Amino acid sequence: MYETSLGAIGVFVGFVLFVLWISYHFARQTKGSKGYFAAGGNIHWSINGIAFAGDYLSAASFLGICGMIATVGYDGFLYSIGYLAGWIVALFVIAEPMKRLGRFTFTDALDSKFNSKGIQLTSAISTLVVSIFYLIPQMVGAGTLVEPLLGLPHHVGVILVGTIVIIIVATAGMASTTYVQFMKGGLLIIFSISVVLITLYNGLSTHPKPNRNEPPITLKTLAATVGQDGKPVPADAAYTLIGTQEPSAGLVFAKLSNADKQGWWHLTVDENKNPIFTEAYWVTTLAVPVQDSKGASVSILYNGIPKTDSKPLQSGFIQKLIYRGESVDEIRNLSIAEFLATIKNSTIVRFLNKSFTDGSDKVMVYYQKPTSGKELLTPGVKFKVDQAKGAKLMDKLNFASLMMALFFGTAALPHILIRYYTVPTPAAARKSTIVAIAAIGLFYVLTLFMGLGAMVNGVVDLTDNNMSAPLLAKSFGITLFAIISAIAFATVLGTVSGLIVAASGAVAHDLMDRFFNMKLTDKGKVFSGKVAAIAVGCLAMFFGIIFKGMNVSYLVGWAFSVAASANLPAIVMMLFWKGTTKRGIAASIVVGIISSVGMILLSPEMYERYGMTRSAAPIGLDNPGIVSIPLSFIVLVIISLITKPEKAVAIEAR
Amino acid sequence: MDHGPVSDWSKDKASKFKTRIGIWMFMLYTIIYLGFILICTLDPALMASDIGGSNLAIIYGFGLIIFALMLAFVYNAICTAAEEELNDPEDFKTGEEE
Repeated sequence: MYETSLGAIGVFVGFVLFVLWISYHFARQTKGSKGYFAAGGNIHWSINGIAFAGDYLSAASFLGICGMIATVGYDGFLYSIGYLAGWIVALFVIAEPMKRLGRFTFTDALDSKFNSKGIQLTSAISTLVVSIFYLIPQMVGAGTLVEPLLGLPHHVGVILVGTIVIIIVATAGMASTTYVQFMKGGLLIIFSISVVLITLYNGLSTHPKPNRNEPPITLKTLAATVGQDGKPVPADAAYTLIGTQEPSAGLVFAKLSNADKQGWWHLTVDENKNPIFTEAYWVTTLAVPVQDSKGASVSILYNGIPKTDSKPLQSGFIQKLIYRGESVDEIRNLSIAEFLATIKNSTIVRFLNKSFTDGSDKVMVYYQKPTSGKELLTPGVKFKVDQAKGAKLMDKLNFASLMMALFFGTAALPHILIRYYTVPTPAAARKSTIVAIAAIGLFYVLTLFMGLGAMVNGVVDLTDNNMSAPLLAKSFGITLFAIISAIAFATVLGTVSGLIVAASGAVAHDLMDRFFNMKLTDKGKVFSGKVAAIAVGCLAMFFGIIFKGMNVSYLVGWAFSVAASANLPAIVMMLFWKGTTKRGIAASIVVGIISSVGMILLSPEMYERYGMTRSAAPIGLDNPGIVSIPLSFIVLVIISLITKPEKAVAIEAR
Repeated sequence: MDHGPVSDWSKDKASKFKTRIGIWMFMLYTIIYLGFILICTLDPALMASDIGGSNLAIIYGFGLIIFALMLAFVYNAICTAAEEELNDPEDFKTGEEE
């Protein structure tokens, strides 16, 4: 368990009070639907650009990407590259036309030429589907963050975030949301730079300390011999073999006893192919709970100690540190290039895990996997792309499909698109996108250093890599941890606010006002928007609580795939093909949603989550974009050609 | 029913030109991004090639981020110049006015 820090609580409370003050301040100024849904349309482009960064850099970016880089290296950075590249589509294709054609929501722009009920309904549904997919991981992340930060249970964290966000959105809508996002975007970048600079200054060591005042990480290695019964025996007589487990072919764990302590070790070989035991970490899920030091019933043990009495399982370090061709124990004050070059030439110990049953208990062992820096700084540790390592065509298509969804998804995310209506002109929309690219690009460059810094500094929580960046900050001191944790929390607030404004606009403006033609007054529309925001906020809290403990970060990937498949073809074709019809747009949105969601539900990854085997899945792809995006384009073209207005057909016939 | 733009601004005579430039720059970036994906999938070993103290994966990855920013600045400069040249400054609003 993490210790609750008073400093962290102080920074957090101060931050929340400031956010509430912003909401109160703008609530008095926000009048009418233009103020509520588009912040009056007069936000300066530079503020809007940083607010874009605050909107876009969600928990998936700050916590998810840093955590992924900390465990698989460069493959996590591929997300950074794809997420940033998506802004090119936003800048060159979407920004100015979106501003020129719309008013409050991207449905306005899509429907600007047609005034079609079909477009209003389908694109509002698409906005809601994408926003909900995006909201769930943010809310789960909020609960996860608040647990170590404030020592509060998960559901309290979710309710806390939900309530604050509802206050932000229901008081002043897009105005307060904009300034909360601006503040969060700015702080995130400034403090990420600080963390990276300290990481570079502290340099690299073979014995990192996950916490300043604690001893460095030391994991033992024992020589092994083979006994007469063919079983491995520790050469050190102080250790006795209790038993072995082989959860998969060639992967052997040994339970060793030393004095009265028992622990799991990985039986492997050293450089000279001699058998050795390497010390591992393990989590035991007990069939019969035990009592912790406070008398509470606990069924999870960390390294044999009740979870509530144990420190988190943090590790990850450099085994062989090679600096400028020489083996060293420590090197400080590195430049960016030296940091990367040193990691590339060194050997890093990361941890893989495997679970098995030991008697009536379930054991998850986290074992050492020495990996060359060269391997960690090239694609292929997480994504199978190399034929030499057994990658098949479908693996390569999966990778290409993911990169395609990231590229085309950004410019089709509803909570991003509504930010084009908060600036006064198309030129300002363009300039704010460029500020966003600069801020987001800088942040994504920093993710590589934060992730690799976490990987080699012994801070990665083996049971949950999402806390890697805040824990890296914690290794530098509790003050920085407090600030970074509060920023991570703000990250959730900023993105959730944007998503709820988008969903609120879809319900109040697209559905109630336009699709159902309820003829709302301006005040009525704002009131409906606020009620919708409260309803969506409550729904988000509900999902945040019921999905507790599930790794739902893949839902962000879903949101990108659905947005890229449902929204992008419609936006692009409406802008650039005169033959586009209203039925073509509506059909392409419907096909985009159904094909992308359907393919995901039938994917190997989901079949694993259903408890079946990957091979049982009828579709080989985990990422649907490579099929669903072109399919949505094709449907739009075919339906548009079939439903072409008669007049146009007649002219062509002549 | 009012669902048009929230702000009024005069017609931008540079609009078509900007769209054309945008499409070209988008295609240029897409080709370079596609090149990255193709190397990753068809010849991943190439990504491990040393370039100075770094490797192709790092250089190409950072390159994609930096190139996006460079293109964005160039695009903005071209668009701003076109807006100033083709529009009447009295009528055209850029968002700088307050």
